[in-house]
Amino acid sequence: MKTNFSMKISEHSLMEFKGVTKVYGTGSAAMPALKGIDLRIGRGEFVAVMGPSGSGKSTCMNLLGCLDTPSKGIYLFEGVDVGKLSRDRRALLRRHYLGFVFQGFNLLNRTSALENVELPLVYRGIAAHERRESALRALDAVGLKQWGTHTPGELSGGQQQRVAIARAIVTDPKVLLADEPTGNLDSARSREIMEMLSAFNREYGITIVLVTHDADMAAYAKRIIRFLDGIIDTDEENGKMI
Amino acid sequence: MLKETILLAFREIRRNLMRSSLTILGIVIGVAAVITMVTVGKGATAQVTSDIAKLGTNLLQIRPGQHRYGPGGIQSAGAMFKADDAEAIAREISGLVAVAPTASQTLQAIYGNENWSTSAIGSTPDYLHVRNWQLESGRRFTDSELRGGKAVCILGSTVRKALFGGQNPLGNMIRLQKLSCQVIGVLESKGQSSFGTDQDDVVLIPLRTLQRRIAGNLDVSRIYVSAEDGVSTQKVEQDIERLMRERRRIAVGKEDDFHVRDMQELVSTMTGTTRVLTGLLGAVAAVSLLVGGIGIMNIMLVSVTERTREIGIRLAIGAQERDVLMQFLVEAVVLSSFGGLIGIILGITAAAIGAHVLNVPFVFDAGIVTVAFLFSAAVGVIFGFFPARKAGQLDPIEALRHE
Repeated sequence: MKTNFSMKISEHSLMEFKGVTKVYGTGSAAMPALKGIDLRIGRGEFVAVMGPSGSGKSTCMNLLGCLDTPSKGIYLFEGVDVGKLSRDRRALLRRHYLGFVFQGFNLLNRTSALENVELPLVYRGIAAHERRESALRALDAVGLKQWGTHTPGELSGGQQQRVAIARAIVTDPKVLLADEPTGNLDSARSREIMEMLSAFNREYGITIVLVTHDADMAAYAKRIIRFLDGIIDTDEENGKMI
Repeated sequence: MLKETILLAFREIRRNLMRSSLTILGIVIGVAAVITMVTVGKGATAQVTSDIAKLGTNLLQIRPGQHRYGPGGIQSAGAMFKADDAEAIAREISGLVAVAPTASQTLQAIYGNENWSTSAIGSTPDYLHVRNWQLESGRRFTDSELRGGKAVCILGSTVRKALFGGQNPLGNMIRLQKLSCQVIGVLESKGQSSFGTDQDDVVLIPLRTLQRRIAGNLDVSRIYVSAEDGVSTQKVEQDIERLMRERRRIAVGKEDDFHVRDMQELVSTMTGTTRVLTGLLGAVAAVSLLVGGIGIMNIMLVSVTERTREIGIRLAIGAQERDVLMQFLVEAVVLSSFGGLIGIILGITAAAIGAHVLNVPFVFDAGIVTVAFLFSAAVGVIFGFFPARKAGQLDPIEALRHE
């Protein structure tokens, strides 16, 4: 049984969109954000999603992150139809397989860096001392081992984003979804963050989906998908169109 | 997980210490009020019951007129008794230990330069028996003093203190209005009655002395009767009623113009009154708990709005609806239980002080303390649920965008 199951999983892409449409609003106010997208992202990929504002890239991210469900079409995560899952089941998917990094860092203020990194493990029901060890390891991986006791307010923007990355990778997720992670940082800090993400992709094989405006940042990815008006405009891997 | 949630709740409460304290104030006041009311109420009831039990439950009181208290009660005057009514009761009704006719008058007692307003009670030595009262010093009235209406008196301890201070009053003459009167005894102190009056503020003189030389009439305003142990007070009551109707010539079918009351009845009247009062005050306290609960709901709603972004983060990294719901619910319950605890401490303190001031025993009631605590926790659950559910049902995308 177990073998069958894992074989079945391996037949699928990690994430797959089949004719995914997302419409916001209803009736005459209905606004399609995605218009029938087909997309496959495999394990270990490093994908940059680009496109102007309103092109649908954020909607795509929310769907990939199981924060939202398609209006039409199917989104399969590891072969599981996310659109058919309840809110709480999707929360469990996020808890166990996904890590998020946001443009605005989204750390809990007034809570130490270490505790911020521990937070996803709390929801996994991991014992306190194990949580602490894992969180320290994750902080070490982003080069902030000495900063665990500091609150986000005491850290620079680049450091805060590194704490957020530590929080995203502490659960050892299958996918790390980064929504404009360098949007609030200067170019030197941005390069640091991107190099860190690349390294995690290379060394740990974490699949990364990155949304960015910045072509320099997108250049760190192996594959670049460009959105325009709710459809995929171009999709190129290592400079070659797919 | 629950431990983390509780720790988190404590941390959040500490962060907004001022706001948290104000939020729980309603609960604190509500719980403190409930505890104080019920504890003092129980003390008062215990006091009344024990006071009346001290008098002896086989004591009966006969008064002219009808006094029925409470809803639908009536008050009607009746002619005063005479001394021979008491004699008739003593003579014709069996199973009695003592019969004490009494009359009383408020007057000035004067000794030297000291002047004291008190009440003089005219009665017989049986009065001391029915009131279960001992002499501290001196002697009782003799039969000849009673019959002759002699000018002798026995002082209550308050009057003794007021007129004589530390001196020995025995043998001295005091003046009761115009009557010069020799002190032959001092009563032991009884303290305050459960009605709050000083029972020692009294001068006892022979009934006939009061009637003839002070009041100027032959009225007896009250007759106390003490039944023998094992004799049914109900039967005695009926016998007295029959006898008095006969003596007062009340036609069949007419209402009594006098009232025989046994102490059992007094106990239930008094405890009934305190119970109603306790209930009313308890209801007021319950309303303040309700208001406290609404206060908690209000502040939790504010808190959910303020922490929308935090909720979004938690939901995005994998918190389920019930995780977030529990977080806020636990916070509300911790808040309200904490308010309950403080309220219990305040309430017990207030009750102890109140019991001391009102001179009633302090009766600690573990039951009401438990109920109050559980109730305050329940207030947290009930009023915290709506804001907590609201938090749990937030859309993570919207919540993350919230500024």
